[in-house]
Amino acid sequence: MAAQKLDFKGMSCPMPIMKTAIAVKKAASGDVFEVVCDDAGFEPDVTAWCKETGNILTNVSKSGKDITAVITKK
Amino acid sequence: METMELDKTVQELQARVDKLESKNSKLTMVLFSGDFDKVMAAFIIANGALAMGKEVTMFVTFWGLDAIKKPTMGTAGKNFLEKMVTMMRPKGPAKLPTSKMNFGGIGPKLFHYMMGKKNVESLSSLIDMSREFGLRIVACQMSMDVMGIKAEDLIDGVEFGGVAVFLSESYGSNTTLFV
Repeated sequence: MAAQKLDFKGMSCPMPIMKTAIAVKKAASGDVFEVVCDDAGFEPDVTAWCKETGNILTNVSKSGKDITAVITKK
Repeated sequence: METMELDKTVQELQARVDKLESKNSKLTMVLFSGDFDKVMAAFIIANGALAMGKEVTMFVTFWGLDAIKKPTMGTAGKNFLEKMVTMMRPKGPAKLPTSKMNFGGIGPKLFHYMMGKKNVESLSSLIDMSREFGLRIVACQMSMDVMGIKAEDLIDGVEFGGVAVFLSESYGSNTTLFV
């Protein structure tokens, strides 16, 4: 299944994490999300969120200001 | 006989482990301050914890009550001192002063503007969102009585309670914050 793309550019803490949580909550186990955000705090935040919720952070990449996190729902 | 005892011990231990693990999924907060900046911090933390799937209880007391007042709160049915306190205190998240740089009310306007420019969610919407996520708000009955705040003066859906409610929640969580 293709990754579901979520664009949270322009949002500040805690919105990207809140929106990620809402989207992931609705999904089924194994669903993959590609979350893009340009908030500099997003990388440590999404890492901590995944660690705490048990969802898998498959990859984090940066391109300019944009941070893309790939999350697999546990 | 021995197996039965062993089963019983295992069950007891399982219950204790369940109780300990349930603590990891709970956050208890005291919102004492009615300062815009501190209330903002409290609701960002509450929202973050809710996003992590935790249960969050916020015990709101004293000045913190300003943040959960209805903007339409009136003075009807209150005595002289209660009316005075009601008139002098801000009503609702949009009217709160900042703890620093308040400048007689100009400070908060400045911060609202600066936060808006940086796309930071407003306090009102953070409060609404946390409640949609299931935040449990318990208003301190004693502070309400002291300041003449009635149940209908506060936003709908809050519970009421005292120190025992807060402590009982706090003992059942592994994190408790006082803001």
